Amino acid sequence: MRAWRDSDLWHSFTRSQITVAAAAIAGVMILAAFLAPLIAPHNPFDLASLDLLDAHIPPVWSEDGETRFLIGTDDQGRDLLSAILYGARISIGVGIASVILSLVLGVGLGLVSGYAGGRIDAFIMRVADIQLSFPAILIALLVNGVLRGILPSEQQDELAIYVLVLSIGISGWVQYARTVRGSTLVEKNKEYVQAARLIGISPARIMLRHILPNAMGPVLVIATIHLAVAIITEATLSFLGIGVPPTEPSLGTLIRIGNDFLFSGEWWVTIFPGVTLAVLVLSVNLLGDWLRDALNPKLR
Amino acid sequence: MPSTRSSADFVAAEAVARHFDVSKPWLARAIEQSPRVFLKAVDGVSFAVAKGETLALVGESGCGKSTVARLVVGLYRPTSGRVLFDGLELAGLPAAERARSRRRMQMIFQDPYASLNPRWRVRDIVAEPLRAFGLATGRAELAERVGALLVQVGLSPADGEKYPHEFSGGQRQRISIARALSSSPEFLVCDEPTSALDVSVQAQILNLMRDLQEELGLTYLFISHNLAAVRHISDRVGVMYLGRIVEIADSETLFSRPRHPYTQMLLDAIPDLAMSGREREPMGGEVPNPLDPPAGCHFHPRCPFANARCRAETPALKQHGPAEAACHAVEEGRI
Repeated sequence: MRAWRDSDLWHSFTRSQITVAAAAIAGVMILAAFLAPLIAPHNPFDLASLDLLDAHIPPVWSEDGETRFLIGTDDQGRDLLSAILYGARISIGVGIASVILSLVLGVGLGLVSGYAGGRIDAFIMRVADIQLSFPAILIALLVNGVLRGILPSEQQDELAIYVLVLSIGISGWVQYARTVRGSTLVEKNKEYVQAARLIGISPARIMLRHILPNAMGPVLVIATIHLAVAIITEATLSFLGIGVPPTEPSLGTLIRIGNDFLFSGEWWVTIFPGVTLAVLVLSVNLLGDWLRDALNPKLR
Repeated sequence: MPSTRSSADFVAAEAVARHFDVSKPWLARAIEQSPRVFLKAVDGVSFAVAKGETLALVGESGCGKSTVARLVVGLYRPTSGRVLFDGLELAGLPAAERARSRRRMQMIFQDPYASLNPRWRVRDIVAEPLRAFGLATGRAELAERVGALLVQVGLSPADGEKYPHEFSGGQRQRISIARALSSSPEFLVCDEPTSALDVSVQAQILNLMRDLQEELGLTYLFISHNLAAVRHISDRVGVMYLGRIVEIADSETLFSRPRHPYTQMLLDAIPDLAMSGREREPMGGEVPNPLDPPAGCHFHPRCPFANARCRAETPALKQHGPAEAACHAVEEGRI
């Protein structure tokens, strides 16, 4: 702990007030999202507790507001604050799970590509190039569509979250693979790798124990920035109606639901989830930017 | 090639060559109609090292001496020729026997800042060969062996807990030596082990290596461009130029009576107090492009004794007194 407090990273962290603020906001939001069942005033997923008579109630400070619903309700009579807390939990959860999937996939393929070289490298990198020539959201849509086509329709709502994670995860591995491949190409010619090869250490072990720890720095930066992208992608897919089902809304689903009522003056249904999403993504992005600069020796 | 080698030679290279494919990618080649290009880093090198002896290979940068080191330990496969270790060719052995031979040879690398994994503790670095060859099991035994190895190279057992960046270049090279010694090898390939170190530290490392050789009966293949270090440590010296050995002789013979004009030029270039103030013959010319080496004797464009034969015919290593040299001028008695 002491070593951590003395480290360069900690100093550069405390020097940047924006970063500290972003970390605090992101931390509070993530914590609140994961503690949603404990702190939310209502359970928006419990259909039995919903009352359609509570629908379309504006926030508490406006004329028709009720103290039961601090920032109002949506068209189903769900408490918006609770729905945002639960929705953020789904958004962040899907984001983190897709980042992990992308990371494992990309780092693995990047290591193999860089270390093996030759045809294997050429094949993996051409696949990456092809995928990179499409927008990531298009890849996610494609994977999503294919998976939904394969799955039986009665299971689609249950498995919607896994389908989302898979489609966002697959759409994001290329950056990890390229970065790790680059680091691997540098590291594999260093003498410590030759020393390991000399005594007959297996390629898999050399990749995982020797090269991977030395290639992880930039990966952490990408993962942080990618988390923001993944949350946005999830929101986009949900907004388009192919994300999580409306009974268990994520932030994107809430924005879509609210979008329908924007012109009838019920602005709160879409604005609050929208602002939550924007603040969350912005703070995660700021953290990622700081991490990138802090770990880049050229900017020190 | 002369066959003065006996079967008792511990390590032997027989006409070993290694060519690197440095051609452009396939598509660029197809479009520009350019042929494949090979870099002949090592072009038919033969030598033998007897048990307990130190053979040094010297030469300028890019002459292929580091490639020879990697060929000998099996990091590269030879394009042609073969390397024999204790009479066995490593490349042709089944896996289990190859592991047994590997344990008996180790390597010390040039750059002490790149040869130790920066994310590993020193104890794990030194213990890696022990683990890989199953020479020690259990935490206590490993810790004890690593501690003893660190003491042997002049560090303390407590240093095992540290990371490589906490050490100086000389200390790192000691860690590198401890790692190399951990599998109790008989043969050590040292690829310019002192060239990245301060002069004052170089002598310490060389003395440590010599002490270890006496203590453990090690055989060294010592790669260097530092003639002073080579004179200090080696029994025999081979001089390389553009992938070939041009002269090989006892250390004493080579330094007192160099035969090949290239060796003479190298020795003339050593700064020396007795010579200060005297006119000095500067070595003419540059090392030619190794992608397109001169025909005949590679050294002829820089050689004051070159004639038509040197430009056309590649000289072979031949015995001249106590030394072997590959030079037409020496053979014809023109030098």
